[in-house]
Amino acid sequence: MSEPMLADYVVIAAAEAFRGDGEIFASGMGTIQTLAARTARSTFEPDLLVSDGEAFFVGNELPIGGSDKLIEGWIPFRSVFDTVWAGRRHVMMGASQIDRYGNTNIANIGPFAQPKAQLLGVRGGPGNTISHATSFFIPKHTNKVFVEKVDMVSGLGYDRIALLSEAVRRHHRLPRVITNLAVLDFETPDHSMRLVSVHPGVSVADVQEATGFELVIGDNVSESRPPTGEEQEVIDRLDPRGLRHREVP
Amino acid sequence: MTRDKRITEDDAIATLSDGMTIGIGGWGSRRKPMSLVRALLRSPIKDLTIVSYGGPDVGLLAAAGKIRKIIYGFVSLDSIALEPHWRAARQSGSIAEPVEYDEGMLQWALYAGSLRLPFLPTRAGLGSGVMDVNPHLRTITSPYADGEELLAVPAIRLDAAFVHLNRADASGNAQFLGPDLYFDDLFLGACEPGHRFVSCEKVIANTQLLDEGSFHTLRINRSMVDGVIEAPNGAHFTSCEPDYGRDEAFQKAYATAAANADDWAAFTKRFLTGSEADYQVAVKDWRAQS
Repeated sequence: MSEPMLADYVVIAAAEAFRGDGEIFASGMGTIQTLAARTARSTFEPDLLVSDGEAFFVGNELPIGGSDKLIEGWIPFRSVFDTVWAGRRHVMMGASQIDRYGNTNIANIGPFAQPKAQLLGVRGGPGNTISHATSFFIPKHTNKVFVEKVDMVSGLGYDRIALLSEAVRRHHRLPRVITNLAVLDFETPDHSMRLVSVHPGVSVADVQEATGFELVIGDNVSESRPPTGEEQEVIDRLDPRGLRHREVP
Repeated sequence: MTRDKRITEDDAIATLSDGMTIGIGGWGSRRKPMSLVRALLRSPIKDLTIVSYGGPDVGLLAAAGKIRKIIYGFVSLDSIALEPHWRAARQSGSIAEPVEYDEGMLQWALYAGSLRLPFLPTRAGLGSGVMDVNPHLRTITSPYADGEELLAVPAIRLDAAFVHLNRADASGNAQFLGPDLYFDDLFLGACEPGHRFVSCEKVIANTQLLDEGSFHTLRINRSMVDGVIEAPNGAHFTSCEPDYGRDEAFQKAYATAAANADDWAAFTKRFLTGSEADYQVAVKDWRAQS
């Protein structure tokens, strides 16, 4: 068993986003996110469904990049959309920009008509955030990412969803945001972003300095927990090549 | 006997004209009808509206200046997240009318088109930037007791559709053998009869349609297809499971060349100026040398 490094703290903090989710599709966009979903399933949230990232639910403990799959279901893209709109999913996405209410942008930097940087496009962000729980992993926490206002709303934050009807609002939930520095959530009266915990060696001031808006900071910001021995073994098994350390060195 | 609909890529493209709306099946850099896209690149046809879950199809057409309008949920090469030609086109403002939708909205638009409905309702897109940048979108109030306000995704009707499948018979019954049909059936369904083109790895007899896959794989029937093009390796360099995976090395060479005007000119000269057969030979030569 390896000693927990920063990436291991990040993976277990991200896995915690899925705690209590039960028998739904835990979906991850990216290495850390996928590792988080699979770690949660292999430890404290065994009822989760996880996919191979292509078109199948896998019933075995599938390492990142592994191909030895026990297929327990078929989930081509149109079934993914069905599952999204039915709400039986919690996705962890990335974000190039995020604001205090959790509006996120993966589409473009600068104006849509002629962006300074064209990114992916909104992809499934609008449908995800309006349909079910959406969490985020951000590998590099800086005030270029944590901004006052995002350039294009791919994923809806709490202020945007508040403008829509109750029927829509009830499906919207942004459980947590995990970064290389900290864990954040929106559990405040007006749903503005709150600092939950800092990773080892990171101070509260470090996080605020890397954030382009004022965070809600309580009196007892804790330190993020390390994985337990068992959890660490699971993470090492799921990521034998250590790809997580490339994302969070 | 059913009709033999076999034609070539160039036959298919010769039926098209400037300003058409063309839907392209597949997803990102997966099972794209690339031999038809390459034939379109060789043609003088322009001012197109493209509808796609975009990959190198969109990148190549954008680089060639053929796209006036595009309806899309994303453009990506999957293993290379950002499509370099698409980025350059968007950042230079050369795409006159980009219509960006949520991925599920695009499915709904094609499904509505294929069912001859004016729209289909959804929540996906409400409140998001999609509404900000698409002022043509309208909402509708549920006529039932819930009274919920929903987004009415307008139907897309296509003038032409290109999809690439694993197998097809000469009359257009087509089969996907890989993990996902994507939305290929909806692209064909949303298209006006006359220009619905299926390319495939291999044309087989209709007696062979169950040789390699179960009946569940026969999601495209001949009433949805006007032309069948046999195009071995026709999805290259995108994936066409289980016949072949994505040619990652070639995709990387494509993306690298796309980043620089001189390199792109050389790439075009080497791979995209001749026929489809020339392309396939050039790829083989490239592989032998690298």
